[in-house]
Amino acid sequence: MSDTAIEVKGLGKRFDIGETTGGYMLLTEQIAARLRGRGRRPRKQEFWALRDVGFEVEQGEMFGVIGHNGAGKSTLLKILSRITPPTVGEAHLRGRVGALLEVGTGFHPELTGRENVYLNGAILNMKRADIQRRFDEIVEFADVGPFIDTPVKRYSSGMQLRLAFSVAAHLEPEILIVDEVLSVGDMAFQQKCLDRMEGASREGRTIVFISHNLAAVRSLCDRAMLLSRGRVSAIGGVGEVIREYVGEVERDLPRNLRERENRDGSGELRFVDMRLERDGQVIDSPTSGEDIDIVLNYETQGDRAYRTVNFGMTVFSLEDSAPLLNLSSETVGAVFQNVPPRGEVRCRLHNCPLPAGQYFMSIWADLAGEMLDGVHRAFELTVMGGDFYGSGRQPNPDHRTVLVPNEWSVSESSEPELSEPPTDPAYSAKTSA
Amino acid sequence: MNPPDTAAVAAPEIVIAPPGRWRPVNLRELWAHRELVYFLTKRELQIRYKQSFFGISWAVLQPLTFAAIFAVIIGGVLHYQPPGNLPFLVFAVASIVPWLFTAQAIQGAAGSLVLDANLIAKVYFPRLALPLSKGASLLIDLGIALVLVVVVTLLFGVTIASTAWLVPAFLLLGVVTAFAIGTFLAAVNVKYRDIQLVVPMFVQIMFFASPVLYDGTQVGDQAGQFVHYLYSVNPMASVLDGMRWALFDTPYPGTINILISITSALVILLGGLLYFRRVENFFADVI
Repeated sequence: MSDTAIEVKGLGKRFDIGETTGGYMLLTEQIAARLRGRGRRPRKQEFWALRDVGFEVEQGEMFGVIGHNGAGKSTLLKILSRITPPTVGEAHLRGRVGALLEVGTGFHPELTGRENVYLNGAILNMKRADIQRRFDEIVEFADVGPFIDTPVKRYSSGMQLRLAFSVAAHLEPEILIVDEVLSVGDMAFQQKCLDRMEGASREGRTIVFISHNLAAVRSLCDRAMLLSRGRVSAIGGVGEVIREYVGEVERDLPRNLRERENRDGSGELRFVDMRLERDGQVIDSPTSGEDIDIVLNYETQGDRAYRTVNFGMTVFSLEDSAPLLNLSSETVGAVFQNVPPRGEVRCRLHNCPLPAGQYFMSIWADLAGEMLDGVHRAFELTVMGGDFYGSGRQPNPDHRTVLVPNEWSVSESSEPELSEPPTDPAYSAKTSA
Repeated sequence: MNPPDTAAVAAPEIVIAPPGRWRPVNLRELWAHRELVYFLTKRELQIRYKQSFFGISWAVLQPLTFAAIFAVIIGGVLHYQPPGNLPFLVFAVASIVPWLFTAQAIQGAAGSLVLDANLIAKVYFPRLALPLSKGASLLIDLGIALVLVVVVTLLFGVTIASTAWLVPAFLLLGVVTAFAIGTFLAAVNVKYRDIQLVVPMFVQIMFFASPVLYDGTQVGDQAGQFVHYLYSVNPMASVLDGMRWALFDTPYPGTINILISITSALVILLGGLLYFRRVENFFADVI
């Protein structure tokens, strides 16, 4: 018996991008195109979504696949789960394969929870007897008990997701392919799902976990693979591959904004540099709770002065690209009537509300809604943990949300009914520092 | 989760490789997914009848309504004399029931893949399960409607011929025809979405090209035998004429004509399935 559960060799997938960009078309349209081209086929452009991909996964291993959007992760997933065939290469999977792609696929709103459990189970290739045997377990895991005979159109979206994941989680394949399912549901349910995957792995199942969530990949997987532009750019221990990924992000983005090619906007105004300052000193990493200045240097084409320019920036979490903060000069009422041809924009962020972690920023400038310059991932920053609340306590590192000042109090309710609006000082939280 | 069975040694090895151009239907795999076909069929029926006021009686009301309208048109307006002096309603109901099945199965199957595009893009299963379950759900309706045919026939005091045991054979030909055409159109529909507009038109044309409102065995009487052979290339010719012959002893469509129809249906089936299998792999990429 071989210990290798998945063996992939020279896998490649090519898409032909025709004049009509991919997908379906109209027959009449194609006939018309042929007639115009005097019988010639419309010229096709080739695009390799995956190229020369090879790797092996041992039985019982949890293997992570990471990479940017468009790196070929989902194409790989679709090939491994046999939704689409490869153009070249081979993959050998030893054992039954179950794919957890997007939960809720195949749920029908008119059918009851019970009917959908059976239908969805059948779609995922579970035997009816197995579903029957584990039915109570599935319902209990999903926590939808009393509503199981209600049409799912009456379910909340959270309930639907929980039920769908629960069906899929009770699949018992030897190889499980998981894609981003953990981005659904509340924290408690996500933890339940992670536990379940860990349990499955301990029982000797092989799991391929494809995700944007570096934290989850790091905590679950032993080995990982990094895909970039359809090719394997790193494979090995999870820490090493994640470092490679973060390094790739940095390499892709020259620190020097002047040389950045990949940007939006008319280019009449361009950002050329960016830095962080604290009390007039340039710093690399701010600390939570400090006042910091984000300074953008720009240049305009020619010597024209611009009126009413709006500057803005968005801070994203590096791990999952979730936008956390949106700052815009216009929104806070700062309208710059005349900006000099070369200059420096300074945004002061009071009490830096970011918890310790890694972030990246996108910056832009627009003139009456017209984009002058937009640089995605212009800058990366690491925030150090600080005493934001002055309480000496750190926020829970699992709660990756921005920090806002808040005050709490408890008092006895004097009225029997709580009809008062929440302007009562006892219930309100102080929202500005 | 329970530990994977120790039989994992014998677990099947799945090899994923670029597919060939022409592949036969993988019956073993389809059989392995029979429960999926069952649940998809059940879903069709549940959705169709769950929220309708008349529920499953639609399966009777629909053909009965159409039959009544046709009876009025051919009897009251056109003064057409049905073969074997059948009462108008008996003739109409016996023709409409198999025709409605065919028309609905072709249209249902043709749209089945696009309708479940979400499933196709997200999960692997034999794609034939979709048109197959569409047809299967309509078979239930057909079964119920056949009871209507018998009831109407008996109510009008028409004797059922001793050849009635052949009716299922002709119906089978109709089922094969509908499935073959529907499956082919379903595959074409994935790539060319305007097929959705062509299908209803195609079914309309087929309605007039099939002996639903008239006796097809007379086609050759004036135009000659060859035209009747040509007419029988449409398998529905033998399905409808043959079923009426078996049930009421109306004129026999002719053995050669029936053989032509069977051959035609099998050719369409084979071509449809081969085409379906050829493009099946790429449904997820284009849908």
